[in-house]
Amino acid sequence: MSEQTNTEYEKYYVPEQSKLPFIGSVGLFLTAFGAGHMVQGGSLSWVLWIGLAVLVYMLSTWWAATIRESMSGLYSAQMSRSFRQGMMWFITSEVMFFAAFFGALFYVRILVMEWLGGSSNNAATHEFLWPEFIPNWPMEKTPGGETTTGMGAWGLPAINTAILLFSSFTLTIAHHALIEKNRATLIQFTAITAALGVIFMGLQIWEYIHAYTEMGLTLGSGIYGSTFFMLTGFHGLHVTVGTIFLIILTIRCAKGHFTPQDHFAYEAGAWYWHFVDVVWVFLFIFVYIL
Amino acid sequence: MADHKPKGISRWLFTTNHKDIGTMYLVFSFIMFLIGGAMAMVIRAELFQPGLQFVEPNFFNQMTTLHGLIMVFGAVMPATVGLANWLIPMMIGAPDMALPRMNNWSFWILPAAFILLLSSLFMEGGAPNFGWTFYAPLSTTYGPPSTDFFIFGVHLMGISSIMGAINVIVTVFNMRAPGMTLMKMPLFVWTWLITAFLLVMVMPVLAGAVTMMLTDRHFGTSFFDAAGGGDPVMFQHIFWFFGHPEVYIMILPAFGIASAIIPTFSRKKLFGYSSMVYATASIAFLSFIVWAHHMFTVGMPVKGELFFMVATMLIAVPTGVKVFNWIATMWQGSITYETPMLYAIAFVILFTIGGFSGVMLALTPVDWQYHDTYFVVAHFHYVLFPGAIFGTMAAVYYWMPKWTGRMYDEKLAKVHFWLSIVFVNLTFFPMHFSGLAGMQRRVPDYNIMFSDFNMWSSIGAFGLGLTQFLFLWILIKTCWLKKGEKATDQVWEGAEGLEFTHLPSPAPYHSFDTPPKVD
Amino acid sequence: MSLFRKVALAVAALAVLVLTGCSDQAYNMREGVTEISKEVYSLHMIVIWVCVVIGVLTFGAMFYSMFAHRKSKNPNPAKFSHSTTVEIIWTVIPFIILIALAVPAVKLLIKMEDSSNPDMTVMVKGWQWKWEYKYIDGDNDPSNDVSFFSNLDDASRQQALNAGKYFSGTKIEDENYLLEVDNPLVIPAGQKVRFLVTAEDVIHSFWVPDFSVKKDAIPGFINEVWTKVDEPGIYRGVCAELCGKDHGFMPIVVKVLEQAEYDAWLAEQVEAAKSGPDLNERTMAQLMTEGEAAYNKYCAACHMPNGQGNGPFPSLIGTEVVTGEGSVGKHIDIVLNGVPGTAMQAFGAQLTEAEIAAIITYERNAWGNDTGDKVQPQDIYDMKNGGGE
Ligand code: HEA
Ligand code: HEA
Ligand code: HEC
Ligand code: CUA
Ligand SMILES: [Cu+2]
Repeated sequence: MSEQTNTEYEKYYVPEQSKLPFIGSVGLFLTAFGAGHMVQGGSLSWVLWIGLAVLVYMLSTWWAATIRESMSGLYSAQMSRSFRQGMMWFITSEVMFFAAFFGALFYVRILVMEWLGGSSNNAATHEFLWPEFIPNWPMEKTPGGETTTGMGAWGLPAINTAILLFSSFTLTIAHHALIEKNRATLIQFTAITAALGVIFMGLQIWEYIHAYTEMGLTLGSGIYGSTFFMLTGFHGLHVTVGTIFLIILTIRCAKGHFTPQDHFAYEAGAWYWHFVDVVWVFLFIFVYIL
Repeated sequence: MADHKPKGISRWLFTTNHKDIGTMYLVFSFIMFLIGGAMAMVIRAELFQPGLQFVEPNFFNQMTTLHGLIMVFGAVMPATVGLANWLIPMMIGAPDMALPRMNNWSFWILPAAFILLLSSLFMEGGAPNFGWTFYAPLSTTYGPPSTDFFIFGVHLMGISSIMGAINVIVTVFNMRAPGMTLMKMPLFVWTWLITAFLLVMVMPVLAGAVTMMLTDRHFGTSFFDAAGGGDPVMFQHIFWFFGHPEVYIMILPAFGIASAIIPTFSRKKLFGYSSMVYATASIAFLSFIVWAHHMFTVGMPVKGELFFMVATMLIAVPTGVKVFNWIATMWQGSITYETPMLYAIAFVILFTIGGFSGVMLALTPVDWQYHDTYFVVAHFHYVLFPGAIFGTMAAVYYWMPKWTGRMYDEKLAKVHFWLSIVFVNLTFFPMHFSGLAGMQRRVPDYNIMFSDFNMWSSIGAFGLGLTQFLFLWILIKTCWLKKGEKATDQVWEGAEGLEFTHLPSPAPYHSFDTPPKVD
Repeated sequence: MSLFRKVALAVAALAVLVLTGCSDQAYNMREGVTEISKEVYSLHMIVIWVCVVIGVLTFGAMFYSMFAHRKSKNPNPAKFSHSTTVEIIWTVIPFIILIALAVPAVKLLIKMEDSSNPDMTVMVKGWQWKWEYKYIDGDNDPSNDVSFFSNLDDASRQQALNAGKYFSGTKIEDENYLLEVDNPLVIPAGQKVRFLVTAEDVIHSFWVPDFSVKKDAIPGFINEVWTKVDEPGIYRGVCAELCGKDHGFMPIVVKVLEQAEYDAWLAEQVEAAKSGPDLNERTMAQLMTEGEAAYNKYCAACHMPNGQGNGPFPSLIGTEVVTGEGSVGKHIDIVLNGVPGTAMQAFGAQLTEAEIAAIITYERNAWGNDTGDKVQPQDIYDMKNGGGE
């Protein structure tokens, strides 16, 4: 009783059965199982690596499959729209993940510090529990009495900000080149963007080493260290993923996979990179400067 | 593409078909419902009379925790995702979900997550025992080793939910048949669209919360430790920023279901369609700014308490609009009482009772007396069991003929309904009284003044548990043994919507290879 | 139609339940004994009745429709599907009702949260699974501050364990089962008492229903809450936030005394605190009996009465710390100072030297540990006061 065919509308490509999702779930299970043992220092920690290997295998196969399908013209404009929207919502969810950590930072800075210092309805908290505590930011001493320091903004972090902002710029140039069919520029500038990502990560690692070895600023340095490393750390993780994404895009550009009309993957990579960039700007303002 | 279905186990493991995936979600959710329910039976057995008689306090806490977690994340949420998978493509005239492979991945992550969670029962130190709300520092510094597996399990559930939600949003935005404008979509699609939006917004926040727990436990951070400048209460803020929208994630699809069933059996159009849409959207919006009503006793500044009290009370307005619209739909209709309708009506009434106790809880000064007592337990079981679960049951009875091509056994279904409704009230109504009289939650033992209420609750609970085997049997009989008369294509006299008007019963494996035309 | 009779019956039954619930004390919230608690109670009654009225109207309309508009009576459904007027009405009316409810609630809350200018202050600290009360004098001389711990009484503990394994057990008849403690909190009548609520380990919640006081005890923070009780008497409450295994076993008992009696009681406490510990030598038999009692009271919750531990709580049988050669010092150290970051708390300040000595002797000789070690109160005293590290 299906409706009469209406040629105005496209047929939606529903992929045939695929083993990948199931493999991916097994991979995630092993990863989670292994990670659980890993954090406890258990003897089954190695399962984590197997899990990650399965995941990498699965994701790369999946990615390859979509590239193949895309290249063989199975994807209609409607499909591209699905992917695009999917990517947008995925990035939204990532934004909310960062929001949890930014929220923690704001809550601690604006409220908890003051409360521990005795403001609002917490005079007794200060008087009886943490009489020594001075609420400043970055903390010099945690309520528990450990000394800490804050990371300055105008050294490496400022350079890193410049790098990332510049990388957004180069990526935009590349994107325009793609639309204008300027292949050489496209490949060059995508590659430059990826390289900037690598440099950023290098500097970030350097900063961490500096923090740990010379400043004594660690994950354990009270809430300042916690928010600092968790925010910059998750950002760094995203830069890493984004850089890998860009490297693959560079290769695909070189192979001529993208057309001015149809380059969802390139757009997704670009969005992701801009998102990572914007997160950094927030980080720079709220973690480093203020 | 004919109606060919792949055979054997690989059909299920590797499928990309929204109906197969929907079925798997529903089956999974029912299994979880039984497991979570079995844990409730342990709880009720221990609470049957005062004294410690059945399980140890620590194990009791594990049961409470896993019961809450499994019911919320394992039973209710997957059930509604299953319904979304089955119904949304049929309702909007799409061939399938927008991202079919990812759809399958979303599902298969769930068993992984729950194997992880349930295996914690067998671990050294026992399963998580800090309540489904896992407040720090009970769950961080003082949590058992299995907490880490719980944390990674929650991460997996989050990934699964987010992917599922993205799929729904994209399907709704991008796969509607020509002519199916947003304001023509069935309300179930609308409520799910908004649910999916809530999921995308809050599941990552939950992931953030458990990540902070993990680093507090193992990597020396002090998010929830005042000595390092953190705050245990911050955990609660983050958790409830997720947790409150979460309760609407559980109930909105049920609103959609009621909005489909009541017009059908009243043989009358849904009253106030557009106000229903706006009400749902307002509920979703408000749900982001009321979270601290779970935290009225943590010692927030007064201004905060007042804000959250007023914002919370406001939710009653759009919810009231929905309830009144349902009644207006029935008004001067031509009503018949098949099982789905009975469930829908029971849903409206009992959910509203739960909503009333919600408004009582919202009043901060009085919540000081209600908070963390069985009054709260009564409130949320009223909105969850006769709310979300009855909604799901209504949906299953209503659409089962469309899915399987066969009518369920109406007589048995009515018995199931009447037993459920009697027992659900017997179980949960006395909890209002024990709570008001002063019985706190999450205790394995209590003073003798609460004996009678608890005995009645336990009797009700055993009855309610046994009754669900009847449901299981009805499902097996219809879906598996294929007993029951053949359903017509329209199934119900008053049924509207593409799935009833444009598809045969049972719906073919691939619903709309080419989109139908909607006008 | 029997269906409707059934529905009507169910609703009637429910309504009866609700109504009896509202009139009978045992079913309802306690009115309590303070001005605040009475206001809370009346706000509670108001909101109940508001809900009942809205419920009756809403469900009434619904049942009328279910009855009058069923197919056999009304075969031709009406065609209307919206009406802006009604929709506005039923948006605005609930809104007004809610505002009307919010106004008294706001006023009451502001009053409840105003703990300024108290007549006296007690610090209330939640521990796994007991309460500590510290009377803060305000004279900056801590030696005048009285403080003590309040544990579940032994009778409840015994009954909980012995009572009714299904079918065979003795029935619990004690009216104050699980609501009795060894040392109640004592406050004077007619005074505004401010409680500073905090916790040592996890979150607890200090709840006394008769005062309408419930405040979470958050480790690292102090919350304030107050009460003013006019009638002397004994009032009972419980810990209201899940705090681990024995969350259900940490009741609160508040004894409200007339001012004069209270003053006498306080003076006695201050006296006792100043008289110094009892460090008399004890025999092995004495240590073992005292030790068993104290162990069961303070330690068995985690390490179990048979010493075998349970889940995360380690066994004390034949372990390095308990039976190891020359491990007495370590053993005492753990009990005095706890193991930071675990549930094993510091008992040094909670228990007397005599109790700790007895417990350690007991642990080292019970359950087949049989080390023969004997620890005297003096040993503990020395260790506590610089003898140790
Ligand atoms: C499906 C799940 C669901 C739903 C829909 C709701 C709906 C609501 N809930 Fe509930 N709630 C939970 C699940 C849910 N809740 C859970 C699980 C907990 C406990 C978590 C835990 O601690 O473990 C909880 C706890 C909880 C608390 C914390 C209690 C405490 O711990 O102290 C509060 C406090 O404000 C609250 C309020 C509300 C309100 C105001 C609504 C409103 O949305 C209700 C609105 C509906 C109506 C009011 C009825 C219909 C309206 C009319 C007929 C209009 C006219 C009515 C009036 C003018 C009154 N809920
Ligand atoms: C949708 C959610 C949902 C549902 C459906 C239920 C269903 C039930 N719950 Fe619920 N419950 C919660 C969500 C839910 N619960 C949450 C979130 C909490 C808070 C947890 C916390 O405090 O952290 C809670 C807490 C909670 C408590 C409080 C525990 C405490 O504070 O210590 C109690 C006590 O009676 C209880 C009882 C019940 C009962 C009797 C049912 C019954 O309706 C169940 C009916 C039973 C069945 C449907 C199963 C039938 C199966 C069998 C009879 C055995 C078969 C066995 C096998 C197949 C192995 N629940
Ligand atoms: C709230 C729970 C709790 C209570 C009450 C408790 N303990 Fe413990 N105890 C623990 C935990 C948990 C540990 C394990 C600490 C660790 O991880 O090292 C422990 C460890 C110990 C150890 C060291 C065991 C070993 O082999 O390392 C001793 C000795 C001990 N407790 C004695 C006592 C005594 C004596 C009491 C009562 C006065 C007591 N405990 C009360 C939880 C408790
Ligand atoms: Cu202390 Cu619950
Ligand atoms: Cu809520």
